Amino acid sequence: MGKPTGFLEHVRQDAPKRPVAERVRDFREIERSLPPSEIENQAARCMDCGIPFCHAFGCPLGNRIPEFNEMVYRGQWQRALEFLHATNNFPEMTGRVCPAPCETACTLSINAEAVTIRQLELAIVERGWREGWIRPEPPAAGTGKRVAVVGSGPAGLAAAQQLTRLGHETVVFEKADRIGGILRYGIPDFKLEKWIIDRRLEQMRAEGVTFETDVQVGRHLAVGYLAGKFDAVCLAVGAGAPRDLKAPGRGCEGIHFAMEFLAQQNRRVAGDAIPREEQILAEGKEVVVIGGGDTGSDCVGTARRQGARKITQIELLPEPPDERAPDCPWPTWPTVKRTSSSHEEGCERLWSVLTKAFLGRGVHVRGLRGVRIDWREPDASGRRKFDEAPETNFEIPADLVLLALGFVHVDHGPLLRDSGLATDEGGNLTVDDCAMTSREGVFAAGDCVGGASLVVRAVADGRRVAEAIDRYLAV
Amino acid sequence: MSRATQSPRPNAAGLPPAYGLYDPANDHDACGVGFVARLDGRPQHQVVRDAVSVLVNLEHRGAIGGDAATGDGAGLLLAVPDAFLRRATKAEGLDLPAPGAYAVAMLFLSTDDVVRERCLSTFEKVVDEEGCVCIGWRDVPTCGDSIGELARSTQPVVVQAFVAPRGAGLDGFEERLYVIRRRVENEVAAWTGVDASQFYVASLSSKTIVYKGMLSGTQLQRFYPDLTDAVFATPFAVVHQRYSTNTFPTWALAQPMRMLAHNGEINTLHGNVNHMQAREADLASPRFGAHIEKIKPIIVEGGSDSAMFDNVLELLVMGGRSLPHAAMMMVPEAWGATFHMGADKRAFYEYHAAVMEPWDGPAALVFADGRYIGATLDRNGLRPCRYTVTRDGAIVLASETGVLEFEPKRILRLGRLQPGKMLLVDLKQGRIVPDTEIKGKIARRRPYRRWVKDSRIELRGLLGPSQIPPEEPGALRRKQQAFGYTEEELRMVVGPMASRGQEAVGSMGNDTSLAVLSDRPQSLFAYFKQLFAQVTNPPIDPLREELVMSLMGFVGPERNLLAETPEHCRRLKLHHPVLTPEDMARLRSARHPDVVARDLPMLMPAGADGRTLQAALDDLFQQAEDAIADGATVLILTDRHMDRDHAAIPALLATAGLHHHLTRCGLRTRAGIVVETGEAREVMHFALLIGYGANAVCPHVALSTVIWMANEDRLDASRLPDDAVDNYITAVKKGLLKTFSRMGISVIRSYHGAQIFEAVGLSRRVIETYFTGTASRVEGIGLDEIAREVVARHRPAFSERPHRSTLLDAGGDYHLRRGGASHLWTPEAIYRLQHATRTDDYRVYQEYAALINDQSHAHVTLRSLLVLREGDPVPLDEVEPVEAIVKRFASAAMSFGSISKEAHETIAVAMNRLGAKSNSGEGGEDPDRYRPLPGGDSMRSAIKQVASGRFGVTTQYLVNADELQIKIAQGAKPGEGGQLPGHKVSDDIARVRHTTPGVTLISPPPHHDIYSIEDLAQLIYDLKSVNPQARVSVKLVSEMGVGTIAAGVAKGKADMVLVSSHDGGTGASPLTSIKHAGLPWELGLAETQQTLVANRLRDRIRVQTDGQLKTGRDVAVAALLGAEEFGFGTTVLVTLGCVMARKCHLNTCPVGVATQDPRLRSRFAGRPEYVERFLRFIARDLREIMAQLGFRTIDEMVGRVDRLDVRPAIDHWKARGLDFSAVLAGPQAEEGASRRCVRTQEHDLDGRLDRELIEQARPALEDRKPMHLALPIRNIHRTVGAGLSGEIVRRFGPDGLPDDTIRLDFRGSAGQSLGAFLAPGVTIRIEGDANDYLGKGMSGGRIVLAPPAGSRFRPEGNIIVGNVVLYGATGGEVFINGLAGERFAVRNSGATAVVEGIGEHGCEYMTGGVVVVLGDVGYNFAAGMSGGIAYVYDESEQFGTRCNLDMVDLESVWTDDDRHRLRGLIETHAELTGSRRAKAILDDWQAQAPLFVKVVPIDYHKVLERMHLRADRDAETVSATEEVYHG
Repeated sequence: MGKPTGFLEHVRQDAPKRPVAERVRDFREIERSLPPSEIENQAARCMDCGIPFCHAFGCPLGNRIPEFNEMVYRGQWQRALEFLHATNNFPEMTGRVCPAPCETACTLSINAEAVTIRQLELAIVERGWREGWIRPEPPAAGTGKRVAVVGSGPAGLAAAQQLTRLGHETVVFEKADRIGGILRYGIPDFKLEKWIIDRRLEQMRAEGVTFETDVQVGRHLAVGYLAGKFDAVCLAVGAGAPRDLKAPGRGCEGIHFAMEFLAQQNRRVAGDAIPREEQILAEGKEVVVIGGGDTGSDCVGTARRQGARKITQIELLPEPPDERAPDCPWPTWPTVKRTSSSHEEGCERLWSVLTKAFLGRGVHVRGLRGVRIDWREPDASGRRKFDEAPETNFEIPADLVLLALGFVHVDHGPLLRDSGLATDEGGNLTVDDCAMTSREGVFAAGDCVGGASLVVRAVADGRRVAEAIDRYLAV
Repeated sequence: MSRATQSPRPNAAGLPPAYGLYDPANDHDACGVGFVARLDGRPQHQVVRDAVSVLVNLEHRGAIGGDAATGDGAGLLLAVPDAFLRRATKAEGLDLPAPGAYAVAMLFLSTDDVVRERCLSTFEKVVDEEGCVCIGWRDVPTCGDSIGELARSTQPVVVQAFVAPRGAGLDGFEERLYVIRRRVENEVAAWTGVDASQFYVASLSSKTIVYKGMLSGTQLQRFYPDLTDAVFATPFAVVHQRYSTNTFPTWALAQPMRMLAHNGEINTLHGNVNHMQAREADLASPRFGAHIEKIKPIIVEGGSDSAMFDNVLELLVMGGRSLPHAAMMMVPEAWGATFHMGADKRAFYEYHAAVMEPWDGPAALVFADGRYIGATLDRNGLRPCRYTVTRDGAIVLASETGVLEFEPKRILRLGRLQPGKMLLVDLKQGRIVPDTEIKGKIARRRPYRRWVKDSRIELRGLLGPSQIPPEEPGALRRKQQAFGYTEEELRMVVGPMASRGQEAVGSMGNDTSLAVLSDRPQSLFAYFKQLFAQVTNPPIDPLREELVMSLMGFVGPERNLLAETPEHCRRLKLHHPVLTPEDMARLRSARHPDVVARDLPMLMPAGADGRTLQAALDDLFQQAEDAIADGATVLILTDRHMDRDHAAIPALLATAGLHHHLTRCGLRTRAGIVVETGEAREVMHFALLIGYGANAVCPHVALSTVIWMANEDRLDASRLPDDAVDNYITAVKKGLLKTFSRMGISVIRSYHGAQIFEAVGLSRRVIETYFTGTASRVEGIGLDEIAREVVARHRPAFSERPHRSTLLDAGGDYHLRRGGASHLWTPEAIYRLQHATRTDDYRVYQEYAALINDQSHAHVTLRSLLVLREGDPVPLDEVEPVEAIVKRFASAAMSFGSISKEAHETIAVAMNRLGAKSNSGEGGEDPDRYRPLPGGDSMRSAIKQVASGRFGVTTQYLVNADELQIKIAQGAKPGEGGQLPGHKVSDDIARVRHTTPGVTLISPPPHHDIYSIEDLAQLIYDLKSVNPQARVSVKLVSEMGVGTIAAGVAKGKADMVLVSSHDGGTGASPLTSIKHAGLPWELGLAETQQTLVANRLRDRIRVQTDGQLKTGRDVAVAALLGAEEFGFGTTVLVTLGCVMARKCHLNTCPVGVATQDPRLRSRFAGRPEYVERFLRFIARDLREIMAQLGFRTIDEMVGRVDRLDVRPAIDHWKARGLDFSAVLAGPQAEEGASRRCVRTQEHDLDGRLDRELIEQARPALEDRKPMHLALPIRNIHRTVGAGLSGEIVRRFGPDGLPDDTIRLDFRGSAGQSLGAFLAPGVTIRIEGDANDYLGKGMSGGRIVLAPPAGSRFRPEGNIIVGNVVLYGATGGEVFINGLAGERFAVRNSGATAVVEGIGEHGCEYMTGGVVVVLGDVGYNFAAGMSGGIAYVYDESEQFGTRCNLDMVDLESVWTDDDRHRLRGLIETHAELTGSRRAKAILDDWQAQAPLFVKVVPIDYHKVLERMHLRADRDAETVSATEEVYHG
């Protein structure tokens, strides 16, 4: 362990953020880093627990958090980086966008403030890039086996990198024009600037990964064709089907899924010209974001930067408490009221609101009607129901409505239709213990299997599928 | 298999065969010994009478078996009573030859006429063949009326045979008799169906005879009417009273043996026996010539350790060495640099060290051969031995003084044997020969000094090599991987050793899988567990008593044991067993004719299976034989050249296998074994290699790893690689000493090959072939699996697809890691348990229990492989209620000190609410807690623990208990002491422990009043005396033989025995101890139950178990295996917030449970309700199981092993080899033997002297009236004053009565523990002398000890009180006009004492109080002394060399305060005792005062200074404690 009493000597220091007034004027990253000496102090707060709940419970990747914390405390950054990369292919991404379930599971968070694990991760990997410690790691020898990875989100990329390093010739197929999937088009630049992805892709190319963009499997290439051409296929196509809100007036113009809105802004930042008729812009508008999750929050931040006049975010669920409630005990992921950087930038938040209807002015939306609801106590199966509170109907003006209600399952588009792969009750791909789909040699990983989840889970799943494929190819 | 290396066949001794987990080979005995002699050598009948009195007076040191009448054994070794025998045989028409010209055999024979006749005729035949004549027989009259039923069941026919040499010459008669006896014994042993219960030669000699039997002291004379005959005369008699842990009727094992009586235990027996067997091939002596073959095997199978010792002693004496010489070889005194010793004597010991290893262990040995009667003590002096010499030429020596009463004026001298010293009576010269004379003479018999000087070979004398270049990192990493190194090991094991020179410390026990259950490839080392000393012998403190320890050993050929030549010491001497690559190079390139090293590669094909592994081993053994034939004297087993195609054979397998192979071939003595392996890195690995035969080990990968870590700056402090290597080796050395000392062994040469381990999960075949004689009781894996585990590590390490990362496997053995070792405690289990108890949700508890119970995915515990066999279910409401069940629950012992005040008190409140028992742990308890809280809660712990440190063990503490628990061992670190670092000793803790804040507190490894089983019985008696209402329990830790110890505990009259698991939690313990010492409770509990039932002792003692009991199912399994009570430790802490951070030892517990830091204590969020709910859940869970199984009460369940089964179809590749039949064997006992406790012990407290004292002291007890009593006292009056003191404190509280209220005057020899736990207000004055443990636990009052009026000896030169005076005293005063024995004022924390001289280890571990010594002190004074003050009168200016200066400073007494205090104490001493020495000093005070040396502990000094400052400057905000805290 680094320093036994570190947690008693140093208080948690979060990463500073650029001032609101400054940051809402651009799409650059919000967070700044602490000086290295302070980072080392923060690392000293780690207790190296006998059961590191962060590692063993919190982190889906099983990051060796106590180890890298110790190394940072000792100033052995390169070794810390090695520990970090031992479980995580893209710490520079998880270090920026992960909600850090490791920190809510940190032992210190029982009665004090958790170690700043995410920041430490980010600091380590960025130091690694700066110092040039992160170099391509091509395989010593090829296996002669070929693997196709479909989808270039975090799961696909992690799988591709792992497979390549194991010596398999790996080709990544991406339907979009750029590699990165949700990382590229789902996460706003103010959280993850895209050159960060490019930097990692450069390493992957140098290691031998081949990327094919603008190829939609199921349309341009058949899954069967891939399965024939490659020794294994890995589907990592994400959970692209968004949840819709079926309410009167849904057909009005000005109501968009969050992803359309966010992806378009990312393209804009990337320098793409967006045809005028396709533009979704919040400038000068009253914006209502439906859905209180992270995506909703990203919509808020993006709308703010586009110059929205007023932003309201509404959520069906009740307002969570500020502190962990007894029914979600440490170290589980707590339902607490989280205030994101986007919320800091200005937005009204409403809870326990059911959207009853979209109101139109002509074809265009002009607002929506909601009602307050009261949540009942959970029933025997743990499900909660709600009742509309009498006489609480209200209207909110809205020129732009963004639906950030999550995703239902993998996109049931051409790929699935083409491949005929089995899906489960939730509409996601069915896989066996070895991550293989109903079709021999075709594997699947990430959100298209388990439903939409965190980037860090996708990376973990990508690594797992790579191991499974490696074992499959060895047989 | 050759019989030479077979483990002793137990039933050869007439013991029952091993059954279940019980193996009679584990039986222990200890005892009272002594002798009585007339210096003039004139035979007298009075000597027999005296000897019998001694026996009777030592009876309390013996024991009585399950039938309440059978003694464990008593006997006498006497000179042949010629006159008596002459008369007795005359009646039968026999005319004996002249005295000395005939021998008498004392034979124990079968009651079966046929067998008896056959034995007798064989005897006659052999006598005849060996050139002697059997001139007659005599049936020895015996009277079995008074003996016990068990003893009678195997009572032999006792016959004397008279043997004379054919022809005139008596030369070599004794040797011929020896040959005769060995021949007859061997012949009879070869018959089937005849064992030692049917034929046993108690003695056969022309000089001595042995009368003994399965008797108690009082029964002996009645059984043998011979002994009452006034004509029966002898000049000496050796006596022995046995206390055995078993109660099997084994007449042969009664003592004395033929030459000796032994009180003690040979800890290294297995190694000694194997070494002797190895040496047999080379034995030669002109005294025997060709007859030498007839006496082999030298060691007779089935003997006790004493019997085997006797066998070898006899060989050495018959081979020509004198009896004292032989004793010095076998039990050498410590001769390390600390000791003042002449060069000749030191050389004698060094020479003999190269010839023979010590038979190590606590021992008081009394031996006799007809001319010499002697006694000697082991190097540690762990047995008492006192003697009295009278003016009329008699001497009596015994474990106690006062065993014979003498008029004061008859006494010439009162003495004691000191550690390692010898006393000899030479009947021919008619005088006592002192130690220095005996040893000086023997040491100069031969030019040992020159021989050693000329012949010794040292490593540094061999050719020096150039620096060996460090291993290239890539190659190193491959080797690390192949040997299974993990990142965790680097961080937590190797790194700390290299950084700090000692092993890392951890906490919270062990919850990982047994090796045989683990899916991860395990090193073979992991299948072994260290054994440790508990009760029957004491562990040693290797740190504070380092002076007796030695790591020095020899490599190279041994020679004929019966000869003495300079070549005998021409062996390579190693100062310690860890060799560096440079040392190896020296060894390999040595050009010395006696150092011829040969490499033997320990390699096998990389894809090996069991068959190829076996072939590789066979090949290796053959190569070794060839090398020896070729003249090699050092065999180097090496895996240095492993590569892609060659994997390393597990070093332990190769080493142990080779060791046993060579022993079997009679070649083991020809060459040393040096193991050069990359596998060894932890202390345990070195201990195993040495314990299985390696003479030295070079851990080449570990050393390369250390260098690499140093270069990579991965060590705690930046270290030069050379320093890091030195540190690492130092850590190994320290760890080895700790490992040896855990078993009570001091010397590596004795540990070598001693196999002090138990295997868990190795098949019988592997054990028999390669680890011969090791216990492995649940079977397990074979060579196939062993090979598979090696290959599983080797393959990836040398894979074609190299792992790019420089990181090794994460590990996870100590701290949980994903994909690492499985742990019982997972994040999921912990939070569910906490959630369940916080919200009182039984469903969540069930989820938790399911996580723990279902180990199908990864088996961790043995019990996970068992299933409960369903019975006829009963309705749940018929099962006894939760409220009744929880009363059987106790919280595990956790001291206030290891856990926070808040946690400690919360547990106590919870347990009291439930009617269960909380345990104070060993740190005392705040008396405020004895008062109930408003609202009815109570923080008083029902169980008060008495541990080796005796912290806070005051009379008040003891009387405020429902149970007094003697902690013999602790699961996490059995056989070890503990240390509470000064920074944890807060004001509160110091107050409760009666010590000084900020001063480090050390708990010694042993209880210094328990060196043997009879001592334990004594402590139980002490505790019962002071608090008769409390039950007394004894806490043991599971290991092989724990059942036998438990039987001894039952015979010692404990009310309950606790068998703890090896995996229990702990505040702090070295990682080796956490991981590798002790066994799971499943094994220990089952063995305990089987042994207690078989010995018919289970009916009188309750059995408790603890250690990782987590669910109702765990409790059910424990009950079925034999427990009726259950303890919970870690689980309780988890309900209170513990999250297994494993930071107890760092004082940084993040949840305020195991810390004393006020900042962290404030984070404690536990509540009594959580604990209550948890235990109720457990009980509820258990009830549901009981209902299913069909049990209405726990009583019905206890011991029902028939309701346990092995889980069917275990498909685990390793676990499927396990065999639980021994664990699940039902007890083998007669019908009706109780499976559980149904009655109470008969404590026999009514007869004690204190009953009378309490009666007579009524005026004081009722009205505080001063009173005075004068009484005679004898050694059989034990623990006098404790009962009275308990009564006083119960009535008046800790302050007792006003000074001198009750004055007790005694005359005579007081028994053990006089004035134990004495209360304020009582003054004991004794004229005479006293035994061990005077003033033990004294809490106030005064003891004055002076020689009897009328005595004429000089008190300042005679011993008048025994060992371990004032152990754990917290107050009071003692004045002793005379000398005291060893360990005076050990762990004193508050008493004041004045004494005129003391033995070794004085003031050891003292933390408070004042000791004045007006004379000499022995070695190692003030070792571990962290508090208090001692003043020593240093006339000879020798004190500086006697004092252990590690923790103390020496000053002169110059301040007025000091001088005043000292003078005052000496004045009081003079006044109370009439001491002449005190008077002389006072009369010449100005000149004498400067001769005093003041001994002040360094830390204590600092703290006192700070406290003075604090008192002076109230404004100072930083308290002394806090300053030390941060300092």
